[in-house]
Amino acid sequence: MNAMKNFVGWIDDRFPLTKVWNEHLAEYYAPKNFNFWYFFGSLAMLVLVIQILTGVWLAMSYKPDAELAFGSVEFIMRDVDWGWLIRYMHSTGASAFFVVVYLHMFRGLMYGSYRKPRELLWIIGVLVYLAMMATAFMGYLLPWGQMSYWGAQVIVNLFSAVPWIGPELGVWIRGDYVISDATLNRFFALHFLLPFILVALVFVHIVALHKVGSNNPDGIEIKKGPKGNRWSDSAPADGIPFHPYYSVKDIAGVAGFLFLFSVVVFFAPEMGGFFIEHPNFEPANPLKTPEHIAPVWYFTPFYAILRAVPSIAGSAFPAVVAMFASILIMFFLPWLDRSPVKSIRYKGALYKTMLWLFVIDFIVLGYLGVKPIADHYKLMAQIGTIYYFAFFLLMPIYSKMDKTKPVPERVTK
Amino acid sequence: MSADGVDLKKRRMLTAATSVVGAIGAGYVVYPFLAAWAPSERAKAAGAPVEADISKLESGQMLRVKWRGKPVWIVHRTEENLKDLSALEGTLADPKSELPQQPGYCQNPTRSIKEKYLVAVGICTHLGCSPTYRPDVGAADLGGDAWRGGFSCPCHGSKFDLAGRVYAGAPAPSNLEIPPHQYLSDTLILVSEDGGAA
Amino acid sequence: MKKLILAFLLAAAPVLGMAAGGNVQLDDANIDLTDKESLQRGAKLFMNYCLSCHSAKYQRYNRMARDLDMTEDEVKQNLMFTTDKIGDTMNIAMDPEDAAAWFGAAPPDLSVITRARGVDWVYTYLRGFEPDESRPFGVNNKVFPDVGMPHVLWKLQKDQAVEKFDSDMRDLTAFMAYVGEPIAVERKRIGTYVLIFIAIFFVLSYLLKKEYWKDVPKH
Repeated sequence: MNAMKNFVGWIDDRFPLTKVWNEHLAEYYAPKNFNFWYFFGSLAMLVLVIQILTGVWLAMSYKPDAELAFGSVEFIMRDVDWGWLIRYMHSTGASAFFVVVYLHMFRGLMYGSYRKPRELLWIIGVLVYLAMMATAFMGYLLPWGQMSYWGAQVIVNLFSAVPWIGPELGVWIRGDYVISDATLNRFFALHFLLPFILVALVFVHIVALHKVGSNNPDGIEIKKGPKGNRWSDSAPADGIPFHPYYSVKDIAGVAGFLFLFSVVVFFAPEMGGFFIEHPNFEPANPLKTPEHIAPVWYFTPFYAILRAVPSIAGSAFPAVVAMFASILIMFFLPWLDRSPVKSIRYKGALYKTMLWLFVIDFIVLGYLGVKPIADHYKLMAQIGTIYYFAFFLLMPIYSKMDKTKPVPERVTK
Repeated sequence: MSADGVDLKKRRMLTAATSVVGAIGAGYVVYPFLAAWAPSERAKAAGAPVEADISKLESGQMLRVKWRGKPVWIVHRTEENLKDLSALEGTLADPKSELPQQPGYCQNPTRSIKEKYLVAVGICTHLGCSPTYRPDVGAADLGGDAWRGGFSCPCHGSKFDLAGRVYAGAPAPSNLEIPPHQYLSDTLILVSEDGGAA
Repeated sequence: MKKLILAFLLAAAPVLGMAAGGNVQLDDANIDLTDKESLQRGAKLFMNYCLSCHSAKYQRYNRMARDLDMTEDEVKQNLMFTTDKIGDTMNIAMDPEDAAAWFGAAPPDLSVITRARGVDWVYTYLRGFEPDESRPFGVNNKVFPDVGMPHVLWKLQKDQAVEKFDSDMRDLTAFMAYVGEPIAVERKRIGTYVLIFIAIFFVLSYLLKKEYWKDVPKH
């Protein structure tokens, strides 16, 4: 025991080990009333680790070459010992990452976690989400199946719709006149690089979180409340040490998540064609577009917005702008919400209705994004798009009009 | 931390149980990642047994085949070569082939199943270069009359005789490896891991 | 809140059930990947009828021998026509460019065809050839209109009862499904143990959480 103490002392003289441990775990006081929705932050980090680990292992056998890529994925699935497991973990992990992050973002929406003083925390989070989307998009090209190829073709062509410089921009991104070996090779390099940027952004996200402290389902600042609890006289009364209380709770959450994750990996890795799409089992063929192409499910709400906006004056650019705007608008959320309260628990019926309609809208848009083009779907997507933007742009008005309930002094259970 | 009303024993037991099961789980997770580094099915197929037809291999000639990605030499030694082998013993590091660089059935003066044919892995035991076949007896650059034919490594100058035995004082620490092999017929050699006894 | 998530998942179910079928009603292939004898019969049909024009270039013969309970010698003698190395993959000698000239398109590799099209589609396709004088080979296919492939199975279909032909095609489809993902059966077997293990870990970690959270005051 003494030797251990001496060793830690030796480290502490050279590196703030105990200090970091205390400040961020053992003496980091988080509100005691976290509910189910607070699992998804730590789960997102777990999935990021799974993705990086499996991804590096896949890269050991994958060949970023238009002639070899498709075959090298099958090589991993068949000839590499346990390669199938590593690959399915990675393909399932990609979807799981978005599931977990969407739930994490929705938590923020519900409880007003983007409100002052957490604006920057939210903005960094949106950056994490953007980096994830870029990583996922580039990774999706790598299996070099039909869906990979044509999906990339469509998305890169979005950039070609930019006025004046568009066509050159598209060619520059691809490094060729079509998606080709050059594109595959550079997407592979970036797909390998971006996750490390993602790790850096997640680190900054947590630094910002620990500066302002966690929000909670009541949207009450525990730091402003009374002080003193059984662990410390100076800690917020409604806070509990992150370790061991939330660390053991998160471990149980991790076990629950891994159970569901394993159900997919071992029993339904294709997830009915949503996690691994059927046309992707045909090698990329630049001469033949599959009958129906759609992006992977986590991009489809934005894809539906893209398709809903008609071309104006012979240019598809407004649709592209709408799609990017639908993502970038999230950055402004902290300043759009004018409600005097943070949490949905104390917001009124108007705001609650708007939020639940938004959730339904997002899911409907996601559904429309995978459907083939048809007139009635297009009309639905247009209504959905209008509502999507209305939710954000009208928020300063309806969040102010909303009849809120009084917020209690202390957190509730 | 105050301990009022806390069942420390139960807490310790549960912590230990969760840690142990968690550690076992971590072990199960690590295993596939380690196993993925083993030779793939493709590598194993490429490393499958190799047959070599020696019916056209004339006296003094060498044949190369690839086994597990490595060169395997088959040398048809002359009567002269065989006589030289015993004469050279004084100048070699391990003339009796005592180091386990060959299957048991090749631990003999010619390091082979059939006296005439040497079958050896053509990788220098020093740092893995492939030595050059130098059957030219008396080559000036290899010591003149003392050179009775053999192999010379271009990387660091190790020399081997025509039984793959290393000369004393060479950088290479041991004789060339003799791969497991067998004769399927008089003129057909099978190089394979489960070559068995001749 | 948990109920809501469940509701969303249920709402998504019809989407998940959607399959790429086109307009023709597909017949249920009803294959059994654990029936080794069916797979062996399918392998024989595959080697005799498919593997001269179509490759399965990611599938190794020795892997098939191991997975389908056959000895390597059996495979070598009865099923290997294009190579003599048991570790080889199922390649063909036909040049893709010649093939494209003969059939209009090079016959696709069949390694993952069941994963691209679905087993029901393959099963229906194999049984879906119909006479059509307007086509170069005199046949067309009800699930793949204007297909370039001739009806190489016509002799099997003509000489046998419908039930026998259907069961042959079921075996053949099952074999192709096996080739599509050789690990499929093993994957589920391992998965069962993984789930049991995680369930135990979950129970322990949940008890641990409950134990620690006794410290946390309720209000």
